Amino acid sequence: MCTIRCFEESVKKDFLNGEIPGFVHLYIGEEAIGTGICGALRTTDFIESTHRGHGHCIAKGADVNRMMAEIFGKKDGLCKGKGGSMHIADFSVGMLGANGVVGGGYNLATGAALASKMILKNDNVSVVFFGDGASNRGTFHEAANVAAAWKLPLIFVNEMNCWASTTPYRTTTAVENISDRAHGYNMPGVIVDGQNVFEVYAAAKEAVERARRGEGPTFIEAKTYRIEGHFVGDPELYRKKEETMEIFHRTDPLKLFKDQCPEGIEFTQEELDGILTAARAKVAAAKEYAVSCEYPDESEFYKDVYVD
Amino acid sequence: MRKITFSEATREAMAEEMEKYPEVFVMGEDLARQGGIFGQFKGLPAEFPGRVIDTPISETFIVGGGVGAALGGARPVVDMHFADFIGVCMDEVLNQMAKVRYMFGGQAKIPLVLRAPDGLAGGGAAQHSQSVESFFIHIPGIKVVAPSNPYDAKMVLKAAIECDDPVLYFENKVLYKEAAEVPEKEDEVPYEIGKARVEREGKDVTIISYSIGMKNARAAADALAKDGVSAEVIDLITLSPWDKETVLNSVRKTHRLCLVSECVKQGGAMAEVAATVAEEALEYLDAPILRYGAPFTPIPFAPTLEKLYRVYPEDLVKGIKGIL
Repeated sequence: MCTIRCFEESVKKDFLNGEIPGFVHLYIGEEAIGTGICGALRTTDFIESTHRGHGHCIAKGADVNRMMAEIFGKKDGLCKGKGGSMHIADFSVGMLGANGVVGGGYNLATGAALASKMILKNDNVSVVFFGDGASNRGTFHEAANVAAAWKLPLIFVNEMNCWASTTPYRTTTAVENISDRAHGYNMPGVIVDGQNVFEVYAAAKEAVERARRGEGPTFIEAKTYRIEGHFVGDPELYRKKEETMEIFHRTDPLKLFKDQCPEGIEFTQEELDGILTAARAKVAAAKEYAVSCEYPDESEFYKDVYVD
Repeated sequence: MRKITFSEATREAMAEEMEKYPEVFVMGEDLARQGGIFGQFKGLPAEFPGRVIDTPISETFIVGGGVGAALGGARPVVDMHFADFIGVCMDEVLNQMAKVRYMFGGQAKIPLVLRAPDGLAGGGAAQHSQSVESFFIHIPGIKVVAPSNPYDAKMVLKAAIECDDPVLYFENKVLYKEAAEVPEKEDEVPYEIGKARVEREGKDVTIISYSIGMKNARAAADALAKDGVSAEVIDLITLSPWDKETVLNSVRKTHRLCLVSECVKQGGAMAEVAATVAEEALEYLDAPILRYGAPFTPIPFAPTLEKLYRVYPEDLVKGIKGIL
């Protein structure tokens, strides 16, 4: 969680300084979700991520240096600088990619789950992350129906952050809880506090076990809030900054962590400060690495369009 | 040599590839219980239990799930029922299937075949008769093939399944029933995606087509031969990436070019061939390029109107005689 927070703060600063091309979408305030979910997965399990995907990528175990290099568009980036923030992927840890198309990941994750269960006969589990905005894509329906009908090892993780770009979910969505829709597919729908990493992890663990037992998909709705704008540089004319900050101070998962620790897990403030300091150093090193890398050579341009 | 239909040839290709690779499977609508709406999958479900999968009517899943299954390590074949329905899952083709390899810097491999039965079948009207291949030659990252005879149907499908890139395989509905000689397995020559074939050598004009358009090309060449005109006939087979060299070499030899396809002429696959010849071999041309395709209308239902949508060999013969 600390690495994700520091990573996002660093990316935000560097983007505003003009060091990062394109656009970036930050995960600040939502760290407990990716961390709790990926904590329950094996390296060989798959995740499909979103445009707001840095947190998922770090939580799944991607190399932070090469992630940062990718976001800077460098040749040593995870995708050789061809993808950038919105198309970051690390297949070596089962991170099958962020998706620039909102709602583009459901069917890919479902297909990966199908391959695992029905064709390759292994026990890999697939996870698809998506926001409340993406929950209104028709692709959700097609994937959820198939996953439930065939009892695929899949977990739908809804990051209910209350905003679809500039649009509050209440103005476009009839249900209070998006997980209510899970029942329409005969799939368990559970709601967790997305600011509590232990609660997210517990739900993920249960869903993963259920998936590996061949009992099918689970829908986890993690209640959270999008603290940053839709993208870095978003003027956020659609909401009040003070209100957002008030929510952040009240729900910051890093601040709440110490008090959320269940019995048997204890950290001193010094230990927690030490973790944050180490994360900051790790991200600073990643930034330094990214800056030191070269941009891709022009000879890379035509490579990777096709295998053959 | 034995004769089998185009449909049977595709079935043989599927069976041989499924036998060879346990990670090959096929999914789509009405495959397992019906054998495909055109019977092209008959027998496969019994031969390969669990690997011929009936999906719900969910095209974004069929194609997106195919991409995901490829990401997960399988080698999927997905069936579109009718090529027209690719419109339902354009994002899965345009933004997922075609892009994941490049945008992830080569980490992804998508050995996926999307089979799409296309073309006028008589009365199919606007949403069940189209030839939509031209949309897809505009998309880098996928390959597009459209065989014209049973032997190619088999060999091109086998090559598509073995290819580690996504391939759109357009199979014409009328051609399904046509039988022709197909060698036994041990005498087969593998097809290399991207290669055109000079089907008939000639010196006065080059006629190029693919898929069912080849019937027009061959019939026109036969008719012209009777009048002493020697037409070279090229079957493009792969529309993307297409075999520019074979085309240019032929034009440099015959100095005249006639292009024909069943799809809408405007912006069609043959427009790319015409433009390339104009760019790279204009000085070899002794006459304007002829190009035949469907008019710029949706496909009508009534037989009296549908017949206006079609191209006929006589159109080509008349046009070619006009430029000799």
